[in-house]
Amino acid sequence: MDLHFTDEENAFRAEVRAFIDANLPARTRQKLMEGRKPSRDDLVEWTRTLHAKGWSTPRWPVEYGGTGWSPIKQYIFLEEVLAAPAPEFLSFGVSMVGPVIYTFGNEAQKQRFLPRIANLDDWWCQGFSEPGAGSDLASLTTRAVRAGEHYTVNGQKTWTTLGQYANWIFCLVRTNPEAKKQEGISFLLIDMKTPGITVRPIITVDGAHEVNEVFFDDVKVPVENLVGEENKGWDYAKFLLSNERIGIARIGVSKARLRRLRELASLPGLDGTCAIDRPRFRDRLIETEIALKALEITQLRVLSDEAKGLNKGKPNPASSVLKIRGSELQQATTELLMDVVGAYALPFADPHEARNEPPVGPQWADAVAPLYFNMRKVSIYGGSNEIQKNIIAKAILGL
Amino acid sequence: MDFDLNDEQRLLKDSIDRLMADRYGFEQRQGYIRAEGGYDRALWLEYAGLGLLALPFREEDGGIGGGPEEVMLVMEAFGRALAVEPYLAGVVMVSSLINALADEAQRAALVPAIVAGETRFAIAHAERAAGNRSAHVATTARATGESWILDGAKTLVLHGGSADAFLLTARLSGKAGEDAGLGVFIVPADVPGLSRRDYPTQDGMRAAELTLDGVALDADALLGDNRDAFSALARMQDEAIAALCAEAVGAMEKALELTVDYLKVRKQFGRPIGDFQVLQHRAAEMLIELEQARSMAIYATMMTREPDSVARSRAISAAKVQIGKAARFVGQQAVQLHGGIGVTMEAAVGHYFKRLTMIEKAFGDTDHHMTRLAEAGGLAA
Ligand SMILES: Cc1cc2nc3c(=O)[nH]c(=O)nc-3n(C[C@H](O)[C@H](O)[C@H](O)COP(=O)(O)OP(=O)(O)OC[C@H]3O[C@@H](n4cnc5c(N)ncnc54)[C@H](O)[C@@H]3O)c2cc1C
Repeated sequence: MDLHFTDEENAFRAEVRAFIDANLPARTRQKLMEGRKPSRDDLVEWTRTLHAKGWSTPRWPVEYGGTGWSPIKQYIFLEEVLAAPAPEFLSFGVSMVGPVIYTFGNEAQKQRFLPRIANLDDWWCQGFSEPGAGSDLASLTTRAVRAGEHYTVNGQKTWTTLGQYANWIFCLVRTNPEAKKQEGISFLLIDMKTPGITVRPIITVDGAHEVNEVFFDDVKVPVENLVGEENKGWDYAKFLLSNERIGIARIGVSKARLRRLRELASLPGLDGTCAIDRPRFRDRLIETEIALKALEITQLRVLSDEAKGLNKGKPNPASSVLKIRGSELQQATTELLMDVVGAYALPFADPHEARNEPPVGPQWADAVAPLYFNMRKVSIYGGSNEIQKNIIAKAILGL
Repeated sequence: MDFDLNDEQRLLKDSIDRLMADRYGFEQRQGYIRAEGGYDRALWLEYAGLGLLALPFREEDGGIGGGPEEVMLVMEAFGRALAVEPYLAGVVMVSSLINALADEAQRAALVPAIVAGETRFAIAHAERAAGNRSAHVATTARATGESWILDGAKTLVLHGGSADAFLLTARLSGKAGEDAGLGVFIVPADVPGLSRRDYPTQDGMRAAELTLDGVALDADALLGDNRDAFSALARMQDEAIAALCAEAVGAMEKALELTVDYLKVRKQFGRPIGDFQVLQHRAAEMLIELEQARSMAIYATMMTREPDSVARSRAISAAKVQIGKAARFVGQQAVQLHGGIGVTMEAAVGHYFKRLTMIEKAFGDTDHHMTRLAEAGGLAA
């Protein structure tokens, strides 16, 4: 047992940090520091900077543009990105559809899509959920009927994150309505510019436009856009969902936020007092730091097993532990931010309107309540925390 | 002991509930928010017609002479409806100061116009540097000849942008932070030297920042010619918290109702999600929190009558803590049990969550009241 990173790993961390410091635009960093979202252009710019360095798809196999880093190095890299803070990868391409394509796709699909994901030439979004198929994803009803060289797709997807920027969507569609529900599903890649697709915004409680509804009305999709075999889509989806294990707890995000919290809590507020001097607040901050440390070590234990090739290919039930606690900590850190900002959480600044007046409270204050509201999503999506507990009870405890 | 409503109170409750059922659909509410000033003037006049604006003012001044129990009933109904009108600031808090401080001439001049819905006041007390310290008033009022000159700034003035006038605190003597030397002034919104910045708030209401630069007021602008208004301000704050607790109870009750309804209709895995025991238990825990909160809201309401200000403040802080915890749990779980729909603007539940969040932050958050209670030696029975 050794809690320390090796010299080589530490040198690697220094290299990553130096690269980020030298290349991350100051305005992007500032935005993220204040808890605001990067714009589309911020993310494209940053992804291309990383791509030029060969770092935009580090977890992919080397032959497709990966870095060949060990899981621990992958972890260090992600942690540094989030600590900067720099924008995270667009996960829909890099961690979701990319791995599905290089694992199950054909040669033509790999050639066509993978380089464009790595350079963010294509913006992908995820078309899994439907109004009637949330936790029970396998009950999805969007229908694809094959006739000659095309599928005709009809139905509706929802909660499509950042679909307003996307030019491609990967979808689970029902190709065999007669089969058992998991066995009649296929994985289709659909060009968002195809006639018959309509995207409608859903505004979330924080006032942001982050998610969408996507409607398919007789949309013609070439058969060449089917990934793998027809009616095997559920297997690919399961692969996709368990594939994001490394980032699911978003420990780096919470770490960066806790560091920032300590900073803000140590600054005198408008009333001249520091939140950190309030014992009740300080205790909660420290409790959160402890919980995060524990989760970080849990995550490293999982990674270290992975590095040794243990449990290979099997979905690790520990990912449910990481998801639950990781999402709770993301929420806890935003609650602590609310405690620091206090009454100045109240003023609302519309994120879609250009700001021409200074914020009412401290510079960073107006982003806090929206972030707190928005973070309620993390215990709902990616398999809700209730569903994760069902998995723990069944898969780990055998109940 | 008696927790039942009397006949008049039941009548009051029924008439507000009917009005709210009629006027406060979720879509209607979104319309009110978009209206000039952030609320519907016609509805405000209907409140006047029903006597709601007159409720807490004294009968001899043109009010109805209702007590904190009546205010509680109104606030609870407003909480259920997520009402955006300036009732808390413009009626509950304003009546508290006028009843406590104003002289007869001032009451005769102010109350009839307020209860008729013709003039609306907002409370301008908090200052940026004050934090939770109520006595931290740095805005000054100097007497010069026949008038007062006011300089300073006020922050987070609820519904201040559309108010016709303010009850505004200023320091007549001493330093910011001292209890002594505070006065409350009647300040028309259009007086020269007063500027305001109006903005929306996270919970669908509005607030404003005020700046006073050499604002000149007549000699009789000082409420009751009172130069030591601190205890009246403390009482106003406690009454506001009690009212807010009642609003929170209404909002939690409705958030739970929406959630239980949703558990019955939302189907996943071929059955209503309310069939899953884990969700049944969660809803049961929400109910427990709600009932605990309701009890403390009643306690706070009754204790606003308590003459001993220390005992009163303790009770109010205890209630605020209980409400703050319950509001957080019920708000968060109501969203969670709705799944994705819960985090959208188009579903009502998220708006309840946001209002409940802001109630926890208003007039001192949970930590503040825990500390206040701890310093007072706890709630010792
Ligand atoms: C902001 C946001 C972004 C999203 N982005 C995407 C995206 O890009 N692409 C995409 O495809 N999807 C996306 N989703 C959808 C997300 O995956 C679903 O919201 C999630 O699967 C839950 O489904 P639901 O919202 O229909 O809730 P429901 O499944 O209806 O759940 C409602 C409640 O019931 C509980 N519940 C359900 N079943 C059970 C059970 N068996 N036992 C116990 N409790 C249960 C849930 O935990 C929840 O509390 C996003 C969601 C959000 C909120």
